[in-house]
Amino acid sequence: MGYAGGVDVGSTQTKAVLIDEQGNLVGHAIVDTGAAVVQAAEKVFQAVLQSTGLSEQDVSYVVGTGYGRYKVTFGDSQVTEISCHARGAVHMFPGTRTVVDMGGQDTKAIRVLPSGEVLDFCMNDKCAAGTGRFLQAASYALEIPLSELGSVALAGQKPVKISTTCTVFAESEVLSWLEKGKKVEDILMGVHLSIGTRSVGLARRVGVEQEVTFTGGVTRNQAMVEVLNKMLGLKVNVSPESHYMGALGAALYARDRILGAQGVTV
Amino acid sequence: MTETIVGRGASRGGALFRDWFQEISQASERDRKTAYVFVMGSLGEILRAFDLLPIFPEINSLQTAVRRVAHDFLARAEDYGYSPDICGYVKADVAVQLAGGEHPMGRIPRPSLAIATNACNTYIKWAEIWERMHHCPVFTLDIPGSRSASFDEMPGSPGFERDRLYVQRQLEELVGLCQSITGRELSLDRLRQTMAHTNEMSRCWKEVIALNRSRPACFDALTEGTIYLGVLNALRGTEQGEIYFRELLEEMQHRVAHGLGTLHEEKYRLMFLGVPCYPLFRRFHEMFAEWGGTFVSSTYLWFAAGGMDAGFQYDLERPLESLAQGVLRSVRRAMDSMFFPSQPILRAAEEFGLDGVVFHPIKSCRTVSTGLADVRRDVMERCDMPSLTIESDMMDRRVVSEAQLKNRIDAFFEGLASRRLRAAGKE
Repeated sequence: MGYAGGVDVGSTQTKAVLIDEQGNLVGHAIVDTGAAVVQAAEKVFQAVLQSTGLSEQDVSYVVGTGYGRYKVTFGDSQVTEISCHARGAVHMFPGTRTVVDMGGQDTKAIRVLPSGEVLDFCMNDKCAAGTGRFLQAASYALEIPLSELGSVALAGQKPVKISTTCTVFAESEVLSWLEKGKKVEDILMGVHLSIGTRSVGLARRVGVEQEVTFTGGVTRNQAMVEVLNKMLGLKVNVSPESHYMGALGAALYARDRILGAQGVTV
Repeated sequence: MTETIVGRGASRGGALFRDWFQEISQASERDRKTAYVFVMGSLGEILRAFDLLPIFPEINSLQTAVRRVAHDFLARAEDYGYSPDICGYVKADVAVQLAGGEHPMGRIPRPSLAIATNACNTYIKWAEIWERMHHCPVFTLDIPGSRSASFDEMPGSPGFERDRLYVQRQLEELVGLCQSITGRELSLDRLRQTMAHTNEMSRCWKEVIALNRSRPACFDALTEGTIYLGVLNALRGTEQGEIYFRELLEEMQHRVAHGLGTLHEEKYRLMFLGVPCYPLFRRFHEMFAEWGGTFVSSTYLWFAAGGMDAGFQYDLERPLESLAQGVLRSVRRAMDSMFFPSQPILRAAEEFGLDGVVFHPIKSCRTVSTGLADVRRDVMERCDMPSLTIESDMMDRRVVSEAQLKNRIDAFFEGLASRRLRAAGKE
């Protein structure tokens, strides 16, 4: 068989993954989504091909996922990122029973079966509080690069209480704490705790069952990993590839199709 | 026969609805007395007996959403000072009243009387707005609710009879008020006639709902069901309503006998809990229909039917007593189907062969939304039933995100498909 591809078009970043017949990850790539969504999907797919030395002909089936899944014009079918994150998480960490996915504008909690099938899920609702966008707002307000937020926050000893539930207002709240003389690291840890509280709340709504796997772009933030561990009272599964979990799940669905299994796509 | 009967309920329902609005529009020109009422406890039988034209501000409001102009009305009420968090139905109605009754379907006349029950706490505050605006008499009907989830005291028991008498005394007061407004005495024969019409409508409605147990389902409870529901409320206690529901029942029996489903291919049978998403009324349905999902049942067809889903039959020999019994049971039933629906859902799961339940809390109505989380947990604990919770609104498109709804709905169906594959693999 050929390779299977998954393209996850998220609100902030677009990810692509290629896997082989055994489900081994052979390559991945990431680009910013931006306004040209179709082009972002094409670009990331070309990038993953280039990084693996494969050609389009080598890839037998591609599944699109994420908000822009219908914009993956070269994709063969689409599956929601809810199903894909569940599938990817169970593939990477077979003991997974709960998935917490934290992306740019979505945070979701998913209960899964050992097969990767979704049992139940819930998501943040029409509001980006508790998502990666909340961190972006803090990054902007404090003029600290997103990639450094986690390490700065980990130094926080006396986290402030971020009371707002609105990402836009969070920025002004961060500034008001600065004016009160609070340390940047304490403010940042407060931001992380605020996001963690909302995410754990979602997880509790579907029921937290071990093992818990953390997926999505915010997995790269070590402070968020620590916050989740502490709030859940366990150690969440996370890997350097966790950011690609949705694309990996999509590629696994693509592999099913190649192998002749019935899919769940429309 | 198939060409003429199938779809008749929807098309005639739409036509009757438009005629009813025209009648409402002409009421002020013809100096006709009107009553503002709510779907839960409308008392259409008494009003029709006095030739008081019932007007349902809830229906007027949802019509602005279906016609995609609700945002204009909500904005007008918010500009006036109402908070964005207040019930969207109230705000759209306030905007209509502020605009002198101007409505996309006609002109809403001022009320000669308003009747509110305590089925929804907003009803009472809403009626007070009309009282202030129009200086019209407001009659608040206090219905003793169920004492607990398992409360089902039957007629004839001391507790029920005490409650019934309490309601009957209030109805007697209402009759006196109607007499003073219209200047005419109550004709018991006329009252019996309106009650007889309601009896037949209730009998048919109960049967129509039950016929959807068939495979494929003969109507979609969310789209077609809502059209039928509109006629049920608007024409309660009328001959037109009786004829319509007899014909509707005939259509459904025909559909079932000929295996005519509402969808081309019915794959998943679902139940809906809550109030429809009127700002995306058609699209909302399509997002389910694309996957072969049909709503075979809906709590909306229970609690917004003014009790007619139970098929309650008035005893025409003792009209006021029986009316009190009917309104007590129907309002109580409406409240219970919002607050304690686990048992009926579990029954429906069995009877209707449900594949899943969709919970639809709405932002601007806490009354119908508050208990849904408990109901969901309860149902999930008591049966292995997949469920989906999606939040939107019945009026306000600012809190309705089609992309987010679609994402969740698609994921729900992906889960249902996997579940079905897994079940097939086990066999």
